[in-house]
Amino acid sequence: MARTVGFFTDVSLCIGCKACEVACKEWNQLPDNPVQFRDSYDNTGQLDHRNFRHVRFLESATSNPDKPVAWTMMSDVCKHCANASCLEVCPTNAIIRTEFDTVFIQQDVCNGCRNCISACPYSVIGFDSQSGTAKKCTFCYDRLQNNMTPACAQACPTQSIKFGDLAEMRQVAADRVTALHSQGQTQARIYGDKEYGGLHAFFLLNDKPEAYGLPSTESAVLPSRNNAAGYLGVLVTAVVAAIGGLIAFRRRGEAGPERPPHATDEPGSRTVP
Amino acid sequence: MTNHWRDIKNTDLILINGANPAEAHPVGFQWFLKAKLDPSRGPGSGGGARIVHADPRFTRTSAMADIYARIRTGTDVAYFGGLINYVLQNDLTHKDYVENYTNASFVVKDTYSFKDGLFSGYDPTTRKYDVAKWGYETGSDGFAKRDINHPRSVLNLMKTHYSRYTPEMVSRITGIPQDQFMRIAQLVGEMGRPDKVMTIVYAVGLTHHTTGGELIRSGAVLQLLLGNMGRPGGGMNAERGHANIQGNTDHAISWEILPGYMQIPAPERKSIDDYVAKQAPKKSDPRSWNFFGTNYKKFTVSLLKGWYGDAATKDNDFAFHWIPKPAKNSSWMSIYDQALKGKMQGLMLSGMTATSIGPDSNRVMQALANLKWLVVMDALPTTSSEFWRRPGADPNAIQTEVFMVPTTHWIEKDGSFVNSGRWSQWKEQVLPPSGSSRHDHWILADLFQRIKKLYQQQGGKFPDPIMALTFKYADPSKPTLDEIAQEVNGFDLTTGKRMAKFADLKDDGTTTAGDWIYTGSYPDSGNLMKRRDGIQDPLKNDPTGMGFYPNWAWSWPLNRRVMYNRASADLDGKPWDATRPGIKWNGEKWVGDVPDYPASGPTADPKSKTSWLPFIMTGEGVGRLFSSSMADGPFPEHYEPMESPVQNPLHPSQSEDPVAFLYTGADSGNFKKVKDSFGNATDYPYVATSYRLTEHEHYVTQHVPLLAGLQPHPFVEVPVELARQKGIQTGDRVRVRSKRGKIEVLALVTPRLAPSLIDGKQIFTIGIPIHWGFVGVSAEQDPTKGANWLANALTPFVGDANAYTPEFKAFLVNIEKI
Repeated sequence: MARTVGFFTDVSLCIGCKACEVACKEWNQLPDNPVQFRDSYDNTGQLDHRNFRHVRFLESATSNPDKPVAWTMMSDVCKHCANASCLEVCPTNAIIRTEFDTVFIQQDVCNGCRNCISACPYSVIGFDSQSGTAKKCTFCYDRLQNNMTPACAQACPTQSIKFGDLAEMRQVAADRVTALHSQGQTQARIYGDKEYGGLHAFFLLNDKPEAYGLPSTESAVLPSRNNAAGYLGVLVTAVVAAIGGLIAFRRRGEAGPERPPHATDEPGSRTVP
Repeated sequence: MTNHWRDIKNTDLILINGANPAEAHPVGFQWFLKAKLDPSRGPGSGGGARIVHADPRFTRTSAMADIYARIRTGTDVAYFGGLINYVLQNDLTHKDYVENYTNASFVVKDTYSFKDGLFSGYDPTTRKYDVAKWGYETGSDGFAKRDINHPRSVLNLMKTHYSRYTPEMVSRITGIPQDQFMRIAQLVGEMGRPDKVMTIVYAVGLTHHTTGGELIRSGAVLQLLLGNMGRPGGGMNAERGHANIQGNTDHAISWEILPGYMQIPAPERKSIDDYVAKQAPKKSDPRSWNFFGTNYKKFTVSLLKGWYGDAATKDNDFAFHWIPKPAKNSSWMSIYDQALKGKMQGLMLSGMTATSIGPDSNRVMQALANLKWLVVMDALPTTSSEFWRRPGADPNAIQTEVFMVPTTHWIEKDGSFVNSGRWSQWKEQVLPPSGSSRHDHWILADLFQRIKKLYQQQGGKFPDPIMALTFKYADPSKPTLDEIAQEVNGFDLTTGKRMAKFADLKDDGTTTAGDWIYTGSYPDSGNLMKRRDGIQDPLKNDPTGMGFYPNWAWSWPLNRRVMYNRASADLDGKPWDATRPGIKWNGEKWVGDVPDYPASGPTADPKSKTSWLPFIMTGEGVGRLFSSSMADGPFPEHYEPMESPVQNPLHPSQSEDPVAFLYTGADSGNFKKVKDSFGNATDYPYVATSYRLTEHEHYVTQHVPLLAGLQPHPFVEVPVELARQKGIQTGDRVRVRSKRGKIEVLALVTPRLAPSLIDGKQIFTIGIPIHWGFVGVSAEQDPTKGANWLANALTPFVGDANAYTPEFKAFLVNIEKI
């Protein structure tokens, strides 16, 4: 049963239909989003405890007369990093690596300290004030255990989200990049081969990662353990995390904010009541 | 669709006009992407099919296209006309195909002419053409004369007609820059080669215009010139809305046709023979099979036998006199026009909400308020069931008695869905009906039994069609959809067996067919719509490799996957492109797809002098580049929308379609007054177009919180440049007005809409999604309760000349920040 699985999300095939968002919400029984207008095509806003898949819409004018707008849709998700910051900082071992090599938050062990929320470089984790726990994509752990495809990949009509064994997914992605390069799309690249030790949910992008709001490959590393400065960083993080955890623990009784404090609105988006 | 969804992967070039498949048909869109990814497809040396999207808005489809062309709404005839001119002038047509498979060589009568925007035969008092002026010149044998070099051959007339559609003129009308138009023309120009094939995909962005019929025809004419009709990877492909709109038209939920696209008889038709003689296609070439015309009577008699059973006899002309014969336009808009005139007592709405879907919502709601009673059959409250207590209305002032009859949702019943590719696919009931809801057809059956009883007890006018109607269901108040499907298929009354094909239908009263094009869907062997031999085993289930999957469900007619497929092969019966065969002649018979042609014998053998011409459904036997069956002209001509920011650059004196259908209401016959009632560019300087979004299905998903969260609030899309002029920012509340009404919603400012240069003028387009009203999750949570959210409050009450479809897609508005 144990195997290493992967999501390959191909941005060049995403049509922004949000079937992944809807299928994910239905399967995982996530609460509805509040009825509010942000910028109309993306009213989900971010990944959080209510949204484990989020289709981002990136829109900009270009100078190409045959393609005057670059409008990219990208179905974002927890990256299930090989070197997962969230897992490293979790004080209760609620966050584990499963037999599928995915990163999973055990809801019955999570104490709601929110260290993981601060630690995640991709801002994928949200705090559910109802349950008092941190939540994110489970890679449809229950479906994997029953040998089923995760809901988002199952629903994706254009196979922009592909699911399979990680090694096979990496090969599919490499072939796709080669094909796109031969068709003249030289900007096509894989994001997630190296970042944070390799992302198990990785992407084909048509531009620099920064254009998609992702950390660059160079900065997407955990501090190295052979490096004194890095060690210090880890120590400091650990101490801060411990204190943070204690504070959070003390505050558990208080009503938490609706959204994680770091999850500000995307630039340019607006919330209209 | 002439073809089907999966077939799009077979194409080299995809032209998308008046459609937004990535948003409206995301599942079907996978085939567009598969064509694009296939390195063996595409113009030139290949490397993937290309997508050209011509649309006033840059949409999620444009994002996936290779070329996006910003075309002004309603000007696609100019675009296709320009492409027609380009392939004619540069000799890029598929010559063998055009000469042999189209009416290019037919000689047109000298009574045909075209001048200053008008074809010959126009009567301004009735706003109608005498289409007889556009007939063919006939020889002594009564057949059309054929001579491709004749000055009045269709081809020569066509060259003259479209010579006006120069790249410069196309650009003036559409706003597409000339150099970009030429890049598109060069791609399209390659598609006349036999080893290349192009598909055109369209949707209601073409149909929802006063020139809707001609907009579509202009694309079909281009496809005929390039030899792409009837071929895998080709065709003229309508994407149908909802899951079953195709089935809807097939079964004639439309006033002007009988099931299977037979015309509704005109009031003066006194007999079947008279009806067939006057309204069926007539053979105009000795080698034309004229299959439809030849069998019209058989289909008619079999339909009447299905409806009236033993009461339909040879002696009473199979009860032909019981069929309604509407004397005037009875299309959707006319219902509300009649209600406004006080000529209707009541109305039953099923499967749609008139208040939201029709043009000019305020007029529709006025019409509903003019009824004595209104029955709304629906699974959920609609804007029609709630119109009497909408925000701002005084329920005491509305006397209409409204009945809400709860129905099941489609997920709560079995039955068939017919998709855009004409596949009738049987589905099972997923959930049991909730509460006291009943199936629509059970409600109608129950009502019918009660009405019949009243006729029995009390008598009444013209009871025969009601008393004699067949109702042979195990439980007449609860017919099953399986029983109805068998009835649609039809029976051999002599043997009691179900019919296997429509070619066996007879005109002597021994066969029935509820809808002849579905004869064969449910033969004695069982319900073929339930078949599911698909991609589990592609080698076995798709033997040709062309994606036909003949044992997956059933497609009309006769399980044929590509219509007109005789035209996919050359005169000798060899596929034009051996790598993409539709059907081919193997020396004895046609193999591949189900042939749209006799399968074998002397009328099928390409070497035989008696073999039929390829287009068996037309009287000519060939595809029509020129057609006298259109109300507004034998060649598609560009006319401006009824509300337009410019005068028609081709002929300013005849700017709009001269036969567009005007609803004169109480001002019966006063066309001038009605025309003056439309908005002008001084008061309403911006073009508007209405549309749908992926996240919602029309109005019903307003009841689904999960989907309401994805697109929670009505908005209009405003070009950045216009927003700057008006001081509007994303999220601001704006008021958009037309001559008919207003909406008050939020603004979304975007570079995806941009100004176009139309005949020297800068023109802005505003985009208006339609999904919201005063019912549903979003409305409940809004302080205004959805007052002024109906997009169709803005749209004009005017119809296409041929189909009477409203002009939802092109009208004039003004916008202001609130």
